[in-house]
Amino acid sequence: MDIHEYQAKELLSDFGVAVPRGAVAYSPDQAVYCATELGGWHWAVKAQIHSGGRGKAGGVKLCKTYHEVREAAVELLGKILVTNQTGPQGKMVQRVYIEAAEPFERELYLGFVLDRKVERVRVIASKHGGMEIEEIAKTHPEEIIQVLVEPAVGLQPFEAREIAFGLGLNIKQVSRAVTTILSSYRAFRDLDATMVEINPLVVTKDDRVLALDAKMSFDDNALFRRGQVSELRDHSQSDPREVQATEHNLNYVGLEGNIGCIVNGAGLAMATMDMIKYAGGSPANFLDVGGGASPERVAAAFKLILSDRNVKAILVNVFAGINRCDWIAQGVVKACKEIDVDVPLIVRLAGTNVEAGREIIVNSGLPIISAETLAEAAQKAVAATQSAHNSGTVGLN
Amino acid sequence: MSILIDENSRAIVQGFTGDKGTFHAKEMIAYGTKVVGGVTPGKGGSTHLGVPVFNTVKQAVAATGATHSITFVAPAFCADAIMEAADAGLKLVCSITDGIPAQDMMRVKRYLRRYPREKRTLLVGPNCAGIISPGRAMLGIMPGHIYMRGSVGIVSRSGTLGYEAASQMKDLGIGVSTSVGIGGDPINGSSFLDHLKFFQDDPETEAVMMIGEIGGPQEAEAAEWIEKNMTKPVIGYVAGLTAPKGRKMGHAGAIISATGDSAAEKAEIMKSFGLTVAPSPSELGATVAQVLAHSDKQRRANA
Repeated sequence: MDIHEYQAKELLSDFGVAVPRGAVAYSPDQAVYCATELGGWHWAVKAQIHSGGRGKAGGVKLCKTYHEVREAAVELLGKILVTNQTGPQGKMVQRVYIEAAEPFERELYLGFVLDRKVERVRVIASKHGGMEIEEIAKTHPEEIIQVLVEPAVGLQPFEAREIAFGLGLNIKQVSRAVTTILSSYRAFRDLDATMVEINPLVVTKDDRVLALDAKMSFDDNALFRRGQVSELRDHSQSDPREVQATEHNLNYVGLEGNIGCIVNGAGLAMATMDMIKYAGGSPANFLDVGGGASPERVAAAFKLILSDRNVKAILVNVFAGINRCDWIAQGVVKACKEIDVDVPLIVRLAGTNVEAGREIIVNSGLPIISAETLAEAAQKAVAATQSAHNSGTVGLN
Repeated sequence: MSILIDENSRAIVQGFTGDKGTFHAKEMIAYGTKVVGGVTPGKGGSTHLGVPVFNTVKQAVAATGATHSITFVAPAFCADAIMEAADAGLKLVCSITDGIPAQDMMRVKRYLRRYPREKRTLLVGPNCAGIISPGRAMLGIMPGHIYMRGSVGIVSRSGTLGYEAASQMKDLGIGVSTSVGIGGDPINGSSFLDHLKFFQDDPETEAVMMIGEIGGPQEAEAAEWIEKNMTKPVIGYVAGLTAPKGRKMGHAGAIISATGDSAAEKAEIMKSFGLTVAPSPSELGATVAQVLAHSDKQRRANA
């Protein structure tokens, strides 16, 4: 799960990381009000979307008057912002963050990631802040400091000092940087983050160390125990179909093709998408209906797939283990009777109770196209989209 | 011989009396697995499915001599269950549970290293379908009837794609020595490499099918090891050719976030290290058949 910059700054600040003073605004009036409350004469007006690269895309405006603040807010709010990370459809800006801007002398990089290869939290730091870490790795690989945290004891102060001294800071700055590093690590650990990135981490003339930007991502599997994080969720930043899917406990990723897929198991779902591609077609989505899928969940999956207007055929591929073919078949039949499934439907069942499942499909009297193997299912699905394309009308009703 | 489990392995079920534990324990018992008891804190002293229930894993082990366990414990409590099993000295723990927080798994792995290698518990999973040695024992949730006993090992991240492979192989008359699911999480108990070592040392296994997916370094790691150390042929497949970058595809570990993470890259790496890569998911069985026929020919030619 991702969160906005202003939320990341609030969380990190609670753990002891120093951040510039700032406030969230939902309207141009509010933006000006925030600027007056913050005081001073320099502010950054920053679009809040779940994406990096906002500055380059014109999503961060430096302002010197209340008028400029208002204009910046008017320009950003209620518009789609496209960055090099959002994809061409961009993301909606519903809030802006007004931050007191002050001069700084150095820009550093500080990041934390859960490294699956070494099964440890990796701390990454560099003198070259303000650049993407991949760039720094290319241009200044020798100037990246890394620490692997020992899970049994956590990040130790001496490790934070090594990093701080390694960044060439003076003793006052080192002491504040150590606080920042340890506090960020504790936030990572205690909120079950998968990534924390402070880029840039700036050093001011009077030796203060501030997080000028902050990004945090969290482990979806841990949200059950991190209520303060899960309530920061912003659905407006996600594909609405994916939001709908989560509500029904379905795992869904929207893609660009026209063959809707309903499969049990992530690996088989990916393989089904692969098979569709090999058969000359294009999957409209990834959908894992999961183990123990009830008729209700199957029906919900259908509704979700059909809400995608690109879908010209649906392929149900279920290899039942913890699932049962008769349950899946019941769900498919129920869905077809309740919803207007107006595209060709190909169903391939295998595994537990497969005969019972096939019988239910046949006896339903519905024009469902059956397939026995994965290859057959994909071929029939692709053929169905091609004949749909040619004939113009097709479906169960 | 098979690997990991056989008809003599004494197993307990953690989360024994819950819905999932009960359903799958019944299936495992029907398959012939030696389920000797189970653990549900608070239900110790009772009987379930004809075997004793215990409050703690240590008690279960002391009373039954169990060496294996399978966990059907909710994500919030599963890391704890795994560590309890390790502390009780179990040889192997298979965790079916999907949804264990990644940092919990990081700590579980660290905890397992508390014990010297000879005494260390082998963890399979989490978020996996389990282990089956066809005709001998099943420690998992797979439909037993799709597996034929034979000499090809399977090691897979995906449960249902593993079933697909076994089923295609059975249709061609090819049987399985042991099928292991290593699960879909980014931090797992044991990797492809760990199980390939076991298959290499198993006299009954003559070839191995390795089913990977996008995300993580384990397929590449295994492929490199295979070239240097494996004398038996390995057939590979990597799911997720059409997966977009940066999106988690179901499994917590199925995400393209670094170089080498994509299906296409992994397939190339496998080929470069001498694995035969199945050209599509519908040809898993056929590719295994081809490789077996070829190695048969070679053996006869060399004889």
